[in-house]
Parts: sequence; C-alpha cells; structure tokens
Amino acid sequence: MSDHSSAKSSPLPTYFVVFFALLIGTALTVYAATLDLGKFNAAVALTIASIKATLVALFFMHVKGASEKLTKLVVIAALFFLLLLLGLTMTDYATRLWS
Amino acid sequence: MQNNASSAAAVHADAHGEAHNPALLHHFAEPQQQRDAASLGMWLFLATEVMFFGGLFCAYLVYRLKFFGDFAAASKSINMPLGATNTAVLICSSLTVVLAVWAAQTARRTLLLVSLAVTMLLGLTFLGIKGIEYKDKFEEHHVPGASFSFDKVEIPGHPHQYADPSHAQLFFSLYFVMTGLHALHMIIGLGIFLWLFAMAWKGRFTPEWHTPVEIGGLYWHFVDIVWIYLFPLLYLIDRHP
Repeated sequence: MSDHSSAKSSPLPTYFVVFFALLIGTALTVYAATLDLGKFNAAVALTIASIKATLVALFFMHVKGASEKLTKLVVIAALFFLLLLLGLTMTDYATRLWS
Repeated sequence: MQNNASSAAAVHADAHGEAHNPALLHHFAEPQQQRDAASLGMWLFLATEVMFFGGLFCAYLVYRLKFFGDFAAASKSINMPLGATNTAVLICSSLTVVLAVWAAQTARRTLLLVSLAVTMLLGLTFLGIKGIEYKDKFEEHHVPGASFSFDKVEIPGHPHQYADPSHAQLFFSLYFVMTGLHALHMIIGLGIFLWLFAMAWKGRFTPEWHTPVEIGGLYWHFVDIVWIYLFPLLYLIDRHP
C-alpha cells in the first residue's frame, strides 16, 4: 500500500535532496583528505563513499521502493560475497605480521 | 469447484481477449511482474559486476597495505581537482538519469530526450577529463612499462625518504586498469544511452513500457557507484600537507 501511494507523489524533491547530499559528500571527502587524521583518513573516506553509494542505490536505483524482495536479496548477496572476498583475503594478508 | 473452474476460465479468456495490453508479454501476468523481472535480471548482472571490480579492489587493498608510503606518493602525483570534478560530473549525470526515468514514467517526451542527451554530454565530459589525466601521466612517464620513471619522489610525511619506483609502478598499474575498466563501462554506457535516445526519439517509450530506460539507468548508476569508491581510493590516499 505504501508503495502505491509513494509512486503517486512526485519523487523529484527526493532526487534533488539526494543529488545535493552527494555533492556535499564529495566536497566533504576532499576536505577530510586535507586533514591529518592518521589512520582514520582511510576510514573517513570509505565511510563517506559508502554513504554516497547507499544513497545512490536506495533512491536513484530504487532499491528502497522495490516491490520485488528478490531485488533486495540480490543486492545483499552481492555485498555479502564482496565482503567475503575482501574479508577472507585480509584474514591472510593482514595477519602476516611475523613474516 | 464449479465456481473456481468457471472463474479460472474467465480469467484465461480475459488474458487472451481483445483488451490485452500490447506492452505486456504473454508469459507475464501483469506489467509490474514484467518490470520486476527485467530489473531483477539487471541486478543479477550488476552483482557479477560487483565481483568483477571486487577482484581489482581486493588487489588494490592488498598492495596498498603492503606498500602504503609508495602508494601515497604515487597517489599524490595524480590530478586531484580533475578527479573531484569528474566525481561531480558523474553525480550530475546520475541526476539526469533519474530525471530521464521519471520523464519516461510520466510521458514527458521533451524532458526524456533532454535528460538522455545531457547524460551523454556529461559522460563525454567525464571521458574528456579522464583523457587529460591520462595524457599528463604519459608525459610524466608514469605509465607502467619500459619508459616508466618515478625517481626521487618523497613519501608524504617522511622527508628525505623516497618511494620505491617499482612499488609506485604497481600503483599506476592498478590506477590504469581500474580507471580504464571504469572508462570502458562509461563508453558502453554511452552506447546504451545513444540507443535509448534513438528509441525515445521514435516515441517507443510509454508510461506502461519504458523498461530499457529503467535498466539502462541502473547500469549508469552502478558505474557511478564504482567511481564513488575509485575517487577516494586512488586520488586521496595521503593528501594532507
């Protein structure tokens, strides 16, 4: 039901809010890179990038309003396998401190 | 039983009756199901793309942790303002893509054509800026290969300590493969949007059927997301003074 009503009201305000949030995020990530945050520089940059990517997926790619639950399942599965790839690789390379 | 059988027969007759929706293929029950099937197929393809780029991101992660200083020095040599501009260009193009999808949904022909055209223009702008960056790298001999040179470049935060050229070369290999693969996706995206523009020009898209605009848009947004990660990872490793 909620899907139906949201389809009727114009999505344009949401699109523009997301658009400006993405531009602000870009400016923020460039600014954060000029600060010396030590090891947190990478964490801040990746956090901002992930927020931006989530905004694009949820609102521009309509994952949020997707009527088909399978779509959400595919998105989650893709992320899961990506994390598996990166995470399991790191359990090897990031723990070779003795070598 | 009698009732059920007769109502099923009525539905069947209806599905093949004169009121059949021309935009609806026979093997789908309703337009919503047809749209969901198309977008699900696109999402499955995008999941394979996540793994495709994921392998490169993984290689990047391993070597960045191993040769952090050399990667930071190499990263500092690429043109950050151009990269940031390109990020903004792609975000603008993502906006014009959602406008195109909305225009197709609401039967706004002019807005659809303009949005598709502006998207292509922004895509070409991105590739043009990328071309300038590549040209600079060629002139600086930062392209991996026989003429590669990265001598006496200080590691950021470590004065008088120079980056190892062979490790920097590894960064540039990843830089060119990752941005190159991304640029290839942009070129394919431009081809898709050119086709969408031609279809829209002929008036093929209606509020009932505009699936290509929607799934072409999904592809474009995905390519945008890849760049959202590439920009901080390649351009912003260690930029503070």
